[in-house]
Amino acid sequence: MPAIKVENLGKSYQIGELDQFYDLRDAITDAFKFPFRLFSKNGKSGEVNQENTIWALKDINFEVKHGEIVGVIGRNGAGKSTLLKILSRITAPTTGTVTLNGRVGSLLEVGTGFHPELTGRENIFLNGSILGMSKKEIERKFDEIVDFAEIEKFLDTPVKRYSSGMYVRLAFAVAAHLEPEILLVDEVLAVGDIAFQKKCLGKMDDVSKEGRTILFVSHNMASITRICNSAVWLNNGEFKLFDDTQTVINEYLNSIQVYGAEIDNQKLGLIKNTDEFELKILRLYDSEMNITSEIDVTSNFFIEVIYNIKKQITPPRINIRLMSNEGSVIFQTNDLEDSKNEKLKLKPGEYKSICTIPGGLLNEGNFGIALSADIPFVKVLFYSDTLITFSAHRLETNTLKRSEKWTGYIKPNLNWEVLNIN
Amino acid sequence: MSDNSLVIKPPKGYLKIDFKELWSYRELLFFLVWRDIKVRYKQTVVGAGWAIIQPVFQMIVFTIFFGNIAKVDSDGLPYPIFSYSGLLLWTYFSSALSGSSNSLVGSSNLISKVYFPRLIIPLSSSLAPVVDYIIALSILFLMMVYYGIYPDFKIIFLPLVLIMTFFVTTGISFWLSSMNVKFRDVKFVLPFFIQLLMFLTPVIYSVDFIPDKFVWILYLNPLAALIDIHRAVLLGYDEINYLFLSISILINVIIFITGLRYFRKTESFFADII
Repeated sequence: MPAIKVENLGKSYQIGELDQFYDLRDAITDAFKFPFRLFSKNGKSGEVNQENTIWALKDINFEVKHGEIVGVIGRNGAGKSTLLKILSRITAPTTGTVTLNGRVGSLLEVGTGFHPELTGRENIFLNGSILGMSKKEIERKFDEIVDFAEIEKFLDTPVKRYSSGMYVRLAFAVAAHLEPEILLVDEVLAVGDIAFQKKCLGKMDDVSKEGRTILFVSHNMASITRICNSAVWLNNGEFKLFDDTQTVINEYLNSIQVYGAEIDNQKLGLIKNTDEFELKILRLYDSEMNITSEIDVTSNFFIEVIYNIKKQITPPRINIRLMSNEGSVIFQTNDLEDSKNEKLKLKPGEYKSICTIPGGLLNEGNFGIALSADIPFVKVLFYSDTLITFSAHRLETNTLKRSEKWTGYIKPNLNWEVLNIN
Repeated sequence: MSDNSLVIKPPKGYLKIDFKELWSYRELLFFLVWRDIKVRYKQTVVGAGWAIIQPVFQMIVFTIFFGNIAKVDSDGLPYPIFSYSGLLLWTYFSSALSGSSNSLVGSSNLISKVYFPRLIIPLSSSLAPVVDYIIALSILFLMMVYYGIYPDFKIIFLPLVLIMTFFVTTGISFWLSSMNVKFRDVKFVLPFFIQLLMFLTPVIYSVDFIPDKFVWILYLNPLAALIDIHRAVLLGYDEINYLFLSISILINVIIFITGLRYFRKTESFFADII
């Protein structure tokens, strides 16, 4: 018997005038429409108007076994939150059936129902109860919760006087002590300082070791990879793939890099070219000079930018930002760092700037490349977020039975010295 | 692994009320009531005194205008105690009704983030003002000692009257709170509605004040009988009009059941439109 079984699940929303909420106004308009309905063919009121229907989820089918930790990924608006809301019974499905075998707890937000006027102690009870814990259960875990949140001193202070960090810690501490058999979690880790986030991830790991079934929605591929055994990928409300985490994440990342390993100005209507500067191509080469989106972290790879300087201007600077999956900048570099390059592009014409990223710098993982061009201290010619994405692997370890995973975005080859100093 | 399995399906037709589930959430109901009571008078100087000040001041104003100037019939009772005993229950009704009618909208963060039977929200909001009622009741007892009016055996029916008032309040609030989710107009209509209803209810005047041919209107107002009986029960002075009471009970039941049904019918879409 699976823990979660989702069959033909769908959820539609009505936009425009009709909606599912049959109310007084509907009753009144129905009464007025009645004479006209006699003359129209499709005149039944309350009937679903297909044109005004938006399917937030459609035909979703999957099963989660007991003890499995499943990530749910997809772009914004893919239906992840809707799925979670249906599973946690916050909103009702339009079609299909969900069967949940086990006590369900959902965490769509931490600190739901916290009241600012109540003290930390009071809020632990209130919030715990809202999340579905019994009073006895809360009393039993009370000290543990307070310990986890590190707020002993402020237990009897109204939470409105808490710092935002304390507030989040307390909220998460209560949530982390929820012990359902099936846990539904939405992006709640995106809060708090880094040290606390780590603690929470640690707690999630503990939870998963206890053999609980978890469905975890997140944009953060790193935490999905870390926590989940498998993942569901939703796209535009439709089911795309359900497989082991790495496979799904790779497929997903391949799909969202709309522009592949290479983009040119045709594929990119988004890029606003000026009459001074035009971006033509951005692409990635591996050490064998193949255009690729998969690189080996042990060898060099290259980022190439081809652009057109249309007018006699101060030499523009090409800036590359290497981005993490979560959208933070890992490092930034530009082609005018070496000032002799400046002289090479004084005249209008087509140019190519190539950056070499050395092997033995990046850690394994998924990365993006964002691009900008400017005339230093004068103006920005072009600016974009991640344009192409790639994944980095450590090819040499593939032969080993179990390759070791390292945390961090980079894993440079550094020099260690070991001395016997006796 | 426990054997509690749950099937989620699109809502269809008449939805039964799962009393077992409701019962299993009784602790949450308790905590929500407890929260409302705790928070109610936070950061006020007078605190719970407000529970007394409001009806007492109303009583003073009504005593001046209706008791002394207009000389409204008060069944032979001193007008202050007559009006206060009415205002006491009326204050509970009006604060419980306005609180619970706005309760779903006020709890939108809960509704969109956590599941629990939504009925708990208006229920808890109608329960919290019971504390105010009890505080204000103490003043009535003081007034009874002052005027030398004592209750008779009928006082044992007081809890029953309160329970019935609770039911009619929640019945109306099932209607209003769920309508309020979609139509925020309720928020504006409500104070007006409550004020109007007060004058259609024998709170500050006696039923005898109404010409016989209009008394049936009063009978249709489920609050009217309750206010009347509440007064009779507390002050031990009148007979209970059983016809009046049974019509009131009937209307109460109708409001409650239809309210419950409307609530259940709209409940599954609260999170989508709140």
